[in-house]
Amino acid sequence: MSISVDEVKKVAGLARLGIPEERLDEYSTKLNSILGMMEQLSAIDTKGVEPLSNPLDSVQRLREDVVTETNQRDKYQTIAPEVEEGLYLVPKVIE
Amino acid sequence: MEWETVIGLEVHTQLSTHSKIFSGSSTNFGAEPNTQASLVDLGMPGSLPVLNKRAVELAIRFGLAINAKIAPKSVFARKNYFYPDLPKGYQISQLDLPVVAQGHLDIELDNSETKRIGITRAHLEEDAGKSLHEDFHGQSGIDLNRAGTPLLEIVSEPDMRSAKEAVAYLKKLHTLVRYLGISDGNMQEGSFRCDANVSVRKKGEPFGTRAEIKNLNSFRFIEKAINHEVERQITLIESGKKVVQETRLYDPDKDETRSMRGKEDANDYRYFPDPDLLPVDITSADIERALAELPELPEAKKQRFIRELGLSANDVESLTASREVADYFEAVQQQLGDAKLAANWVTGGLSALLNRQGVEIAQSKVAANTLGELLKRIKDGTISASAAKDVLDALWNEEGSVDQIIEQKGLKQVNDTGAIEAMIDQILEANPSQVAEFRAGKDKLMAFFVGQAMRASKGKFNPATVNEILKQKLEG
Repeated sequence: MSISVDEVKKVAGLARLGIPEERLDEYSTKLNSILGMMEQLSAIDTKGVEPLSNPLDSVQRLREDVVTETNQRDKYQTIAPEVEEGLYLVPKVIE
Repeated sequence: MEWETVIGLEVHTQLSTHSKIFSGSSTNFGAEPNTQASLVDLGMPGSLPVLNKRAVELAIRFGLAINAKIAPKSVFARKNYFYPDLPKGYQISQLDLPVVAQGHLDIELDNSETKRIGITRAHLEEDAGKSLHEDFHGQSGIDLNRAGTPLLEIVSEPDMRSAKEAVAYLKKLHTLVRYLGISDGNMQEGSFRCDANVSVRKKGEPFGTRAEIKNLNSFRFIEKAINHEVERQITLIESGKKVVQETRLYDPDKDETRSMRGKEDANDYRYFPDPDLLPVDITSADIERALAELPELPEAKKQRFIRELGLSANDVESLTASREVADYFEAVQQQLGDAKLAANWVTGGLSALLNRQGVEIAQSKVAANTLGELLKRIKDGTISASAAKDVLDALWNEEGSVDQIIEQKGLKQVNDTGAIEAMIDQILEANPSQVAEFRAGKDKLMAFFVGQAMRASKGKFNPATVNEILKQKLEG
């Protein structure tokens, strides 16, 4: 498996990362070397090994269904760039 | 060759919890913007999600109700995408190990056959916030009260073959989640939302390319939107073009679907297990507990009403339409000891009154035990059924108790056979030609005599007694 310059652009776009045109080759090379290492890993026989979803060998603690949070809107909104009528304002996302 | 429609549905149903799925914020609907958005809901760095136990319990309950497999180990994953009402930049959802897998729901078709619709999976996830696009000087306003509300996403197999079947499935599912008490199913408030995957093919051929229609929030729109989409696809193919895989938005005002995003910018969500959450262990004890909390399901209730109460299939259909109606009916029935009379009034007089008032049975101003008392007065002959309708209206207007209203309005039925007989003698005497006609075989005139007697008594004679006496006098 290898990752082309176009794929680097696409993944960067999805992650909203700005990568300068002149460094795309470098990213492609580095990512390919990481993927190469992954391929080495996939050579290992993992039959009968349960996939690990979290490195902590433990299970999720659950919370009782109780409302514990109170309204702190004014405090939270002091660091927001812009608010109006209690809403956070952001650049318009649709036409 | 005929075209065949193939439909699969994804339903997002909001779970009835007090607090959010990963935080202790309230889930109440309609609060002031952002007053129910805590640091976790705002995606503030350093905050961590803690899973709500109730949400897991409700998901298990749903799984049991559709005869699904409950995963002994369930995992949460991050679904990554950017949108301002998703502050973390990812939605916590489930991919590989959902709580519920491989269940099914049986629907009734028009020809009264039953069809089994497969349910691939049902997984827990958090809802996003809301974006308001109008009136903020060219900006969008974000309300994160809804962010983190627990959702159960229920994904069906592509088993439906018409918009009608899709609606039948949705209605069945809607009834079920409300029966189970896992969701209020309120479609206006977005507690039950549907996306439809629609494709067409020639019968016997492999599945065609599908389009996903979003934004379906009423049963009527769903049927229209699917039918519209099917026509659009057939027209495309028949004119030599191709259906492209894309997401389309239904616009109920124009009754059309339009493209939201095409395949080129199709979502690539880059799911991965959420490192902030550990796998959820679901033990057999958890499942036992959920089983104990499982209420009687609509199908079982129907069968019991038919078997134990001797009601018809027709009666039980509307009596089990919702758990509230069924509970109300059972309360009336137990008090009255007459299932048929109770059924007639719950599905008839009361239901008509509720429709006129535009409210659901849960908001009925006439409680089940009050209706029970009223029906007892029909059963013991105190009032006639038509008088009972007046009493019902008066009860709604809070004019007093059943017996007070009967007294006040002078609705007591006359059961005194002497008085009824005297009146009937008068009527027969006054209508000799009708009597002759009746005796000559014109049976229909019985209704005429009954009508005369009821009018003369201003509706207070017991119609059963009137009938009986008339028969004796005319035939004897």
